[in-house]
Amino acid sequence: MVTLNINGKDCEANVPDDMPLLWVLRDVLGMTGTKFGCGIAQCGVCTVHVDGQPIRSCIMPVVGVRGKKIMTIESVGQTLTGAKVQKAWLDLEVVQCGYCQSGQIMCAAALLAAKPHPNDADIDAAMAGTICRCGTYTRIRAAIKLAAQPT
Amino acid sequence: MDLDPQRNVTKIGTGSLSEGSLSRRTFLKVSAAAGGGLLLSFLLPRTIWSKETAGATTGNTFFPNAFIRIGRDGRVTLIMPYVEMGQGTYTSIPMLIAEELEVDLTHVTLEAAPPDEQHYANSIFQIQATGGSTSVRAAWEPLRLAGATARTMLVSAAAQTWKVDPTACRAEQGEVIHATSGRRLKYGKLVDAVARIPIPDHVALKAPEDFSLIGTSAKRLDSPDKVNGKAQFSIDVIVPGMKVATVAACPVFGGTLIGVDDSQTKQITGVRQVVLLDDAVAVIADHMWAAKQGLAALDIEWNEGPHAYLSSAEIIRQLEAALLKPGVIARKDGDVSKAMAGAATKIEALYQMPFLAHATMEPVSCTVHVRKDSCDVWVGSQVLARAQATVADVTGLPKEKIHMHNQLLGGGFGRRLEVDFITQAAQIAKQVDGPVKVVWTREEDIQHDIYRPYYCDRMMAGLDKHGMPVAWSHRSAGSSIYARWHPPAFKDGLDPDVLEGAAEPPPPYALPAMLVEYVRQEPPGIPTGFWRGVGPTHNVFVVESFIDELAAAAKKDPVEYRLALLGTSPRAKVVLELAAERAGWGQPLPEGCGRGVSVQFVFGSYVAQVVEVQVAKNGEVRVPRVVCAVDCGVVVNPDTVKAQMEGGIMFGLAAALFSEITIKNGRVEQGNFNDYRTLRINEAPAIEVYLVKSGEAPGGIGEPGTSALAPALTNAIFAASGTRIRKLPVNRAELRSAML
Repeated sequence: MVTLNINGKDCEANVPDDMPLLWVLRDVLGMTGTKFGCGIAQCGVCTVHVDGQPIRSCIMPVVGVRGKKIMTIESVGQTLTGAKVQKAWLDLEVVQCGYCQSGQIMCAAALLAAKPHPNDADIDAAMAGTICRCGTYTRIRAAIKLAAQPT
Repeated sequence: MDLDPQRNVTKIGTGSLSEGSLSRRTFLKVSAAAGGGLLLSFLLPRTIWSKETAGATTGNTFFPNAFIRIGRDGRVTLIMPYVEMGQGTYTSIPMLIAEELEVDLTHVTLEAAPPDEQHYANSIFQIQATGGSTSVRAAWEPLRLAGATARTMLVSAAAQTWKVDPTACRAEQGEVIHATSGRRLKYGKLVDAVARIPIPDHVALKAPEDFSLIGTSAKRLDSPDKVNGKAQFSIDVIVPGMKVATVAACPVFGGTLIGVDDSQTKQITGVRQVVLLDDAVAVIADHMWAAKQGLAALDIEWNEGPHAYLSSAEIIRQLEAALLKPGVIARKDGDVSKAMAGAATKIEALYQMPFLAHATMEPVSCTVHVRKDSCDVWVGSQVLARAQATVADVTGLPKEKIHMHNQLLGGGFGRRLEVDFITQAAQIAKQVDGPVKVVWTREEDIQHDIYRPYYCDRMMAGLDKHGMPVAWSHRSAGSSIYARWHPPAFKDGLDPDVLEGAAEPPPPYALPAMLVEYVRQEPPGIPTGFWRGVGPTHNVFVVESFIDELAAAAKKDPVEYRLALLGTSPRAKVVLELAAERAGWGQPLPEGCGRGVSVQFVFGSYVAQVVEVQVAKNGEVRVPRVVCAVDCGVVVNPDTVKAQMEGGIMFGLAAALFSEITIKNGRVEQGNFNDYRTLRINEAPAIEVYLVKSGEAPGGIGEPGTSALAPALTNAIFAASGTRIRKLPVNRAELRSAML
């Protein structure tokens, strides 16, 4: 049994210690906003925040996040930065199929929390790990810059 | 009632905008909806290219395939045969209705059409399918006509109620208004009256200058739930009591299962069952982690079958051999041998394009619950009726007992035009008590895809003394996707996908003598299928690379050379000039940089692209900028068109620069994003898309961005480095040695 703090709430899951956080979220807790894409930390669609840092939940054993604060796409909109990112995403119509966008938004929100005014190189560094096959990259870049503007 | 749907629906693609003289009753039926309100049943064309509505009528019986319901509450529901996979169709199709019906876009609700091949068959495929950049093309006229008919009838019903002249009334924002008295009636109050009045013979479509919605960048209706994790894809389905399964098919195509030692697997907590199929093993578990671990712990014995020693080299050898044989003649204009004999110069070139996987971000998945007398299926499919049919086949249940629940698609690109994974999920579920969600790992998804075919092409041209082409010969060898996927479309050795961009429609150039041949050569064992841009990604690459070679041989500027050949294609000329001008064509670039161009007419749209590249000494290619000009006829949603072009360009660039599936010992050598490389944000160019204002009927926009990209890229690499790329993906090692 492992106790996890997810989106501000404690919850318990009866899972093996080495089970990746991704599958605990999706298949045990029913939180399907975090997506499965590759299982080897190559595509980034499973990104969640652990103590504010973006991590790939598909390779993070659940035992490694015990006692830490986990945030997922389901509640990132409750943070100021997350809400700004989501709004910028809608304002610029970033989304196409939408499957990778949870991961993209989690990466962008983490970037802006750490660097409120990222330049192109910062955006490349933070976002290059998250693949979009629909090819929304130019709009992702523009939306991050829009979200970085003072409201 | 006179029922002859052909006459009207065949007008799709003719470009006329005012259809006031068409008889409505020939394609449309109005009746009372079950449970109150109004139901409009009408017909969307089944095919664009053949201009037929095959199977839509049997004698005098009318089979509509699209429906609009207007309820007593005024809500408009469109029962829509197209699925959303990122292309924005859930927004652009309702825009057509909302425009003519004079309702707010947000008041149009979508309902996915149930699986029904007969009623919902449409598009080029003549089956219920979303693909081929066809949705707006097919729906453009009938949906507006249906909306306009409903609007006209609502106005008539209001006028009758008020005993006034209908011309004194107008429709606005979901109600009818009598201008002089200021009286108003909401649509919901009129629907029952409308169901009783006859369909008008003449209906006026709105003039383009009166459009208030079409041509605006209306916000996508599906976006809000896609930024907060609420959108539900196939892989997200959760059903009470559901198990999760993952699967391994025989790694060699065509191989079968001999047996399995599952003693280790059954020790793993959470593993419930091991299911054996003829060619695959599935592990059923409480969650994906247990299923994955369980699969890894199996000791599986395969019979690798006849393709155990198959390699890419062997497949390519067969294609190259096929290319030496004359093919089926796809197009013959003039006398090519005579023109070739009289040419001042002859040019020949061979091109090759690789197998490609789709690698949709959502790996394929399907949830099935088989019961004794019925079955439920949750899946994201581009071909819902086929999905239902295969589950009926596997379970032995009648089709009407198979309940399909279509989900959002986490990328389609052609992958979800196939039902292999649905068949397999049903075979697994048949052996499981209760619902089971089958999820493929990324490795399974890449290694058991249905691949974009490998193609080999031989091009020959004869040039006159000014370097202009007098003879053009194009021979192509490769798989026919249609021959497997929809055999009736493969006729006399040819199919529409093989032809598009090479023969029908041909390249947009004035080529006096032209011969196009196709040699069907199927790769042994490797399943081939549609992939974003399909035939044109192949044909346009070959044609636009070769025309560039001719320009180079003639020592002429690539844009000038093309323009000189576009005298009979004014729309192609306009997009080419626009792209060249916006790209700053001809302006100097730093050393190692170059611009390349392509122009095409495929999917009913004209597109030109200019790609800017920088080739480093180590052979690395950087693409800082792509300029794209599009004439896709009337633009329904400009922002969606731009988004589709941007996405298509990225998809094409990923493939041209990085992606390749290779075969060794009958197995796909790639398995995940580490070795099946795609494009990342740091490699993505800045993209500018310019739309040409046009009154022509809409063309497709989902795929043309992809097909135009590769040749513009490789032509740019030639301009930057002098190296002509005739084989994709771009080989950086070769480029590096050429740069030394």
